[in-house]
Amino acid sequence: MAIFGVPLQAMFGQLLLGLVNGSFYAMLSLGLAVIFGLLNIINFTHGAVYMMGAYAAYILMTVLGIGYWPALVLAPLAVGIFGMVIERTMLRWLYKLDHLYGFLLTFGLTLVLEGLFRSVYGVSGQPYPVPDLLRGATDVGFMTLPNYRAWIVVASLSVCLITWYVIERTKLGAYLRAGTENPQLVQAFGINVPLMVTLTYGFGVALAAFAGVLAAPVIQVNPLMGSNLIIVVFAVVVIGGMGSILGSILTGLGLGIVEGLTKVYYPEASSTVVFVIMAIVLMVRPAGLFGREK
Amino acid sequence: MKRKLIAVLVGAALASAPLAPAFAQAGKAAAGAPKLTDGVVRIGVLTDMSGLYSDLGGAGSVLAAKMAIDDFKAAEKGKAFPIDLVSADHQNKADVGAQKAREWYDTQGVDMVTDVLNSAVALAVAKLTAEKKRILIDTGAASTRLTNEDCSPYTVHYVYDTYSLANGTGNAIVKGGGKTWFFLTADYAFGHSLESDTSNVVKASGGQVLGAVRHPLNASDFSSFLLQAQASKAQVVGLANAGGDTINAIKAANEFGLTKTQSLAGLLVFITDIHSLGLQIAQGMMLTDGWYWDQNDESRKFGKRYFEQLKKMPSMNQAGVYSAVTTYLKAVQAAGTDNSDAVMAQMKKMKINDMFTRNGYIRADGRMVHDMYLMQVKKPADSKYPWDYFTVKATIPAEEAFLPLAKSQCALVKK
Repeated sequence: MAIFGVPLQAMFGQLLLGLVNGSFYAMLSLGLAVIFGLLNIINFTHGAVYMMGAYAAYILMTVLGIGYWPALVLAPLAVGIFGMVIERTMLRWLYKLDHLYGFLLTFGLTLVLEGLFRSVYGVSGQPYPVPDLLRGATDVGFMTLPNYRAWIVVASLSVCLITWYVIERTKLGAYLRAGTENPQLVQAFGINVPLMVTLTYGFGVALAAFAGVLAAPVIQVNPLMGSNLIIVVFAVVVIGGMGSILGSILTGLGLGIVEGLTKVYYPEASSTVVFVIMAIVLMVRPAGLFGREK
Repeated sequence: MKRKLIAVLVGAALASAPLAPAFAQAGKAAAGAPKLTDGVVRIGVLTDMSGLYSDLGGAGSVLAAKMAIDDFKAAEKGKAFPIDLVSADHQNKADVGAQKAREWYDTQGVDMVTDVLNSAVALAVAKLTAEKKRILIDTGAASTRLTNEDCSPYTVHYVYDTYSLANGTGNAIVKGGGKTWFFLTADYAFGHSLESDTSNVVKASGGQVLGAVRHPLNASDFSSFLLQAQASKAQVVGLANAGGDTINAIKAANEFGLTKTQSLAGLLVFITDIHSLGLQIAQGMMLTDGWYWDQNDESRKFGKRYFEQLKKMPSMNQAGVYSAVTTYLKAVQAAGTDNSDAVMAQMKKMKINDMFTRNGYIRADGRMVHDMYLMQVKKPADSKYPWDYFTVKATIPAEEAFLPLAKSQCALVKK
């Protein structure tokens, strides 16, 4: 059996790979959505912190001899703290200004960060091995799926769902959402809103760093790895609806699959298909698929 | 008024600046020293300083050029003519590169430009160089157009080109039993030409091309394309791409177990790429290289001197810059002038013997012809010291390595 000339088995394989890439999109766009939704900042450093996550894992391994599993916790933690310092020292002065200022600051920061890593490590990239536990591949019937790719899907979906649950269904999440709607009022209830905002930014950044560590064994760890991805991730956020958390998760996964299919039928267009969809969505639903019109 | 005054002053300063050194040098020019237009031979290294090719060229190329100049001066025991080195970043943009070269030629008296990796930039600079009658010795670009349909009396193409890469790797693998091929091709001019050059070689040697998939430039995930390559059941998957794309493709090929049943052929792979991949993943791969630091005593000596400065081994491009600058300086010395036509005629007469090549020479079309090497990446267990990455599987003789003159479309080739 074949669908438009592609055997069904191959099709399943491609769909599964689309899902793997979609998990990356989901995790990165989730961080962006959280930061935009709660801080109103268009965080263009997201690609750079994703890269820093991968480099943190690389540095932990080569300098301190710390392996993949601890790095999965330590790298996001370290990069998250870096994010909080940025928020405390620079970003917080921009909340009252137009989006454009936050965008410009974070874009500038991205250039500085990428430049720093480039001058220290060069552009060829660094090797990072797949952890021993996840080496090898499993035959899932229609394809051989590398164990590590399966782990990527599991890890990123769990993180996404936990984040969604915390923000939408717990008391802490309610404070967060209230804090962004009306900070004065929430502060009046005795909640430290500036601290909450700092922690949220740190968390969003840590999510990107976590994605970076997940990506390190499968793609080349190089200073430009984030800029190749960030534009697509922004498109995902726009399609899903700026600030919508569930929207960014579902859109991320969906677009990963659409992109996967494009790679089979018309590979030349696979890097543009996301933007074509973005243009169509913006024409039909300017607020994005899951966004609310204001 | 004030602004006008400043403009006049600056103009006057600029106008007199080039004269000052000329006067200074005029006194020094002794008998036997070459006649130099402005008293100095100025060499420009135009390369990618910070982008995706900066590890192949960049600061390493500037260092190689500097080493060549220092060595030349040392060999002349302090009696060498004045030599000046300038460098610039072309940012992989043809317009930026051409603009910089124009500035060098027009206002800074640059006589020779080298490195110029990236074919688009190289073609633009080659055209300008011919217009200005200076010399371009390109070491980094891959396109055969530089010495074929777009050849010029002022261009030398020094290290490698897509024909020699395709020819070396394609030929050897087909002869070794890899008869059926599938290509993973970067979807732009360079990828397409590498694919078609290799396809021709494969077919001519009795192999068969089963298909190709064209991926966008900088596609970070290759798993989907590799699945298609796997489904083709071809014995060999040819990687008609470069840099990060090649690295990511090889990483994914390993992960998906493609390397167990099919073999990979890297069509443009540099030693820096192997370093970045690690031998565990890259082992067994075949590739063509124009120079390897561990090929003989002289190359080892150069490699180690270079390593002391930059903590990495030079690529064939960086070694090529060293050789190109040396060859050029020797030609200026021998011709007794820095006049481009005379120096070019001299270079085309010379045999090139240095740490880069034995008995290399520059053909009428500007192609520097030298032996190329078919390499195989070592197993981790066979690698005894840092950067011990390749085994030389075969030497491709100079006469076979490059496009034969009989097939050339270059107008400079007399038929």
